[in-house]
Amino acid sequence: MTRESWEMLIFGRILRWIGIVFFFVICAFPLYYMIMLSFKDVQVLLTNPANLLPDLSTVWPPKTYLDVLKPVSQGGQGFMVFIKNSFLVAVVTTAITMVVCILAAYASTRLKFRGKGAVNWGLILVYMVPAIVLAIPLFVMYSQLGMRTTVPKRLTALIIVYLSSTLPVAIYMLRGYFTTIPVDMEEAAMIDGCSRLQTIWKIVLPLSVPAIAAAGLYVFMIAWNEYLYALLFLLDNPKSWTLSLGVNQLDSQEVPRTMLMAGSVIITLPVVVLFIVFERYLVGGLTAGGVKG
Amino acid sequence: MTTSTGSQPVKGRSRTLAQQEQRQAYRLLAIPILILIILILFPFVWNIVLSFQELRLIDLGDLSLRNLTFTLDNYAKVLGARGFGELLRTTVIYAVFGTILPIVLGLIAALLAREPFRGRQLFRGVLLFPYIAPIVAVTLVWKTMLNAQFGIINVWLQNIFGMQPISFLSTRSLPIEFLGLEFKWPVALTMVILFQGWRYFPFAFLFYLARLQALPEDLYEAGKIDGATLTQRFFRITLPQLGAVTAALVLLRFIWTFNKFDDIFLLTGGAAGTNVITVQIYNYLFGLSNVGAASALSIVLAGILAVLLFVYFRWFYIEEG
Repeated sequence: MTRESWEMLIFGRILRWIGIVFFFVICAFPLYYMIMLSFKDVQVLLTNPANLLPDLSTVWPPKTYLDVLKPVSQGGQGFMVFIKNSFLVAVVTTAITMVVCILAAYASTRLKFRGKGAVNWGLILVYMVPAIVLAIPLFVMYSQLGMRTTVPKRLTALIIVYLSSTLPVAIYMLRGYFTTIPVDMEEAAMIDGCSRLQTIWKIVLPLSVPAIAAAGLYVFMIAWNEYLYALLFLLDNPKSWTLSLGVNQLDSQEVPRTMLMAGSVIITLPVVVLFIVFERYLVGGLTAGGVKG
Repeated sequence: MTTSTGSQPVKGRSRTLAQQEQRQAYRLLAIPILILIILILFPFVWNIVLSFQELRLIDLGDLSLRNLTFTLDNYAKVLGARGFGELLRTTVIYAVFGTILPIVLGLIAALLAREPFRGRQLFRGVLLFPYIAPIVAVTLVWKTMLNAQFGIINVWLQNIFGMQPISFLSTRSLPIEFLGLEFKWPVALTMVILFQGWRYFPFAFLFYLARLQALPEDLYEAGKIDGATLTQRFFRITLPQLGAVTAALVLLRFIWTFNKFDDIFLLTGGAAGTNVITVQIYNYLFGLSNVGAASALSIVLAGILAVLLFVYFRWFYIEEG
C-alpha cells in the first residue's frame, strides 16, 4: 500500500468515523440524558443510576412536568409564572429591537450623513464592552430610579437592557443584507410617491425576510437564555423570575434532580423548536454575529 | 415619524436634498444612538466614578451627585487582596485554554463534516445543540452528569474502571502519578475548561466549515497530481488558508471567555480553584455588599482586556508590515 492509501484508510475512514461518532455522542447524549431524567422517578434514579431508560409510568401522565408547572399554592414549583415572564420579555424585546434595528440599519446603509463612521464604530465598540462592566452601574441606576420594585418595572428594566445588548449585532446582520438589495426598486417606489417609511415597509422588508428572521431569532434567543442581568434585576422577587433564573434558583433548594431536568427541558424546548424550524436562517445568523458568549 | 416625507420637493425648498437625507438619517438612528449613550456610554463612565466611591449596597439610596468622593481605597483593596494573584492566574488559564479548546475541537469537527456523508445535515444540526441551548439548562445537565452520587460519568468510571466517585466540580485538585512523577491535577478548573470546549466549539465549527467549503477544489487536484498525500495536503494546502479565520476566532473567543461570568458562576460558583475575576466582581457586589470594590475590579478587568487587545492589534500590525 502506498502512503496515500494508508492515510486515506486511517484518516479518511477509520479516524473520520470515530470522530463523527464522538462528536455526535458528546452533543446528543447530554440532551438525551436531560430528557430521560425528566421522565424518571427520583427514587429509581438514586437506586439505579446506571439505567439510561425512562420510566414508562412517568411518561404519561408526565408527573414531573405537572409537578413543576403546578402553582406553589398547590405544592408545585409555579413554573407557569416563569414561562409567562420569559415569553413576555423575549417577545417584547424581539419586537422592539427589530423595529429599531431595521430603521437604523436602513439609515446606515442607504442614507448619507455626517458621523456615519462614528456610529458604525460605536456599535462595534459596544459589542466589545463586557456585560459585567455595565452590570454594576446599571444595577445602581435601576435601584436609584426605583426600577427594581414591581414586577412590570423589573421586566421593563430587563427588556431595555436586552435591547441595548442585542442592538449592535442585529443592526450588523441587517446591514450586511440590506447592502445586497439593489437600490433601483426603492428609487422607483420613491419616484412613485412613497415616503421613506413606506419604501422600507413595502420594498425593503419583503425582500429581507431571511435577514430579519435570522436577526429576530438571534434577539429572541439572547432574551430567552440570558442569565446575568435577570439575576441582578429580578432575584429578590420570585414573581418576576424568568425561566432561566427560576430553574437555577430551584437548584439551591431541596428539589429532586428530575424536576430540575424537567425545568431544563422546558427552557430548552422553544429554542430547539425554533432552531429546527428556522435552521437555514439561523446558521447564517450564528456566523454573522455570533451569540455573544 | 409618519410625516417624514423625504420625496416631497415642496417641503425641502429651504434645504438641499442632502440636508433632508441627513436629517432623516438622524431621525431613524435617534433611538439606537440614545440607547447607546444612556445604557452603554453613561454606565461605563458612571462605573469609573463608582470605583472611586466608598459605597456599600445598603447606602445606594443616599448616593447622589452632590456627595461624591474620591478614594483609591477600592483599588488598593481589590489589587492588594490576598488571592488576587491566584485570581488573575486562574482567569488567564481559563481564558487561554477556554479559547484554544473550542477552536481546536471546532476545526476537527469541520474537517469531519467537510465531505458529504449520509446524515451530514443531521450531524451539523446536532453539533449546534451545545451552543444554542440555554446556559442554565446545559450547566444543570453537566452538574447532574458529574454528580458524585448518581451522575452517569461517575457511575461509568466506577463500573468500568472501579474508580472511587469524584465530585468533579467541587474538588480543587487530585494527586496524579504520571511517569513516576506526582503532580496535582486541578479537577474543577479542568472541568470548566472542558465545558468551554464543549459549549463553544460549534461557533468555531461553523466558521471553519464555511471557510473549508469555500476553498477551491483545483488546489487539491494540483496537490494530488504533485503526489501530496492526505496529511500533506492538509498541512500544506488547507491549514495555511485558515489563518484569517483562526485569528478572528482567537480574538473573539478570548475576549468572551475572559469576560465570561455565567458558565463558572453556574457550574462551580467560583469554588474549588475556579474563581475568576468576573465571579469575584459578583462576590464583592453581593457577597460583601461592596459596590465600590466591585466597580473597581470591573474597571481592572476592562483595563487588562484593553491592554491585551492593544498588544494583539499592535502585534498584528507589525506582522502585516
